[in-house]
Amino acid sequence: MAVCIAVIAKENYPLYIRSIPTENELKFHYTVHTSLDVVDEKISAMGKALVDQRELYLGLLYPTEDYKVYGYMTNSKVKFVMVVDSSNTALRDNEIRSMFRKLHNSYTDVMCNPFYNPGDCIHSRAFDNMVTSMMMQVC
Amino acid sequence: MADSPLFQALHMEMAHALCEEQEKGLSVLEGVGFRVGQGLSERLTKEMPSFKDELDVLKFLCKDLWVTVFKKQVDNLRTNHQGTYMLQDNQFLLLTQLSNGKQYVEEAPKFLAFTCGLVRGALSNLGFDSTVTAEVPVMPSCKFQVVIQKS
Repeated sequence: MAVCIAVIAKENYPLYIRSIPTENELKFHYTVHTSLDVVDEKISAMGKALVDQRELYLGLLYPTEDYKVYGYMTNSKVKFVMVVDSSNTALRDNEIRSMFRKLHNSYTDVMCNPFYNPGDCIHSRAFDNMVTSMMMQVC
Repeated sequence: MADSPLFQALHMEMAHALCEEQEKGLSVLEGVGFRVGQGLSERLTKEMPSFKDELDVLKFLCKDLWVTVFKKQVDNLRTNHQGTYMLQDNQFLLLTQLSNGKQYVEEAPKFLAFTCGLVRGALSNLGFDSTVTAEVPVMPSCKFQVVIQKS
């Protein structure tokens, strides 16, 4: 279960950012912003490696004391960043991958929506519901 | 994807209806193709590993996108390795219903505008600004010229 989920456009501005309601939501925004540098590093490292299979899933970007940050970049250079609570050790790589796959599927649906202009912020209710299902439930 | 006769028929009617007034019709049709290209490229690249470079993206266009929309691959791809690409399709799906002679060569741009937009939209979504033009040397073949802008 994620603590914060963000969708970043290829020009590096947020299309969608949602975190669990806490006192200091801004810290999640900062975390996501700094993780963009790590994403760029990973991408350029991948570019230099002679690996045939280039994955969209970027893996763990960096751990902080309370949280772990995971990244994923689509072929259209749109990035998904997910911040997960460190104490939740039950969350395995496969689960993170499947969460990103669901995000990608929903994002593709948003892209194909004729009422959506690419580059605008995402306001889709279906997308919201999907993200809600992936976030931690805070009572 | 939908059956090709359905798409062909819809496209012909769309081209005809939008081009009643010549000046705006072609750019409206191209704009429609652009938006479709953006959505379609997003859907098709969902399962694919990330692209290495520009040439990889063009190959995706010529193979996967063309097969999905036109049921065949592009017959010939040429490049000058400096950002200009030429895609040649010898039996272009949207022109096969028009007669093979010279009679309708002037009408052909109407039926190519959507595809030019489609290519431009797909490239734009994958990160490349481009201009796409098309010409018909002999019906039903056509050549699309793609020039990628260097930014």
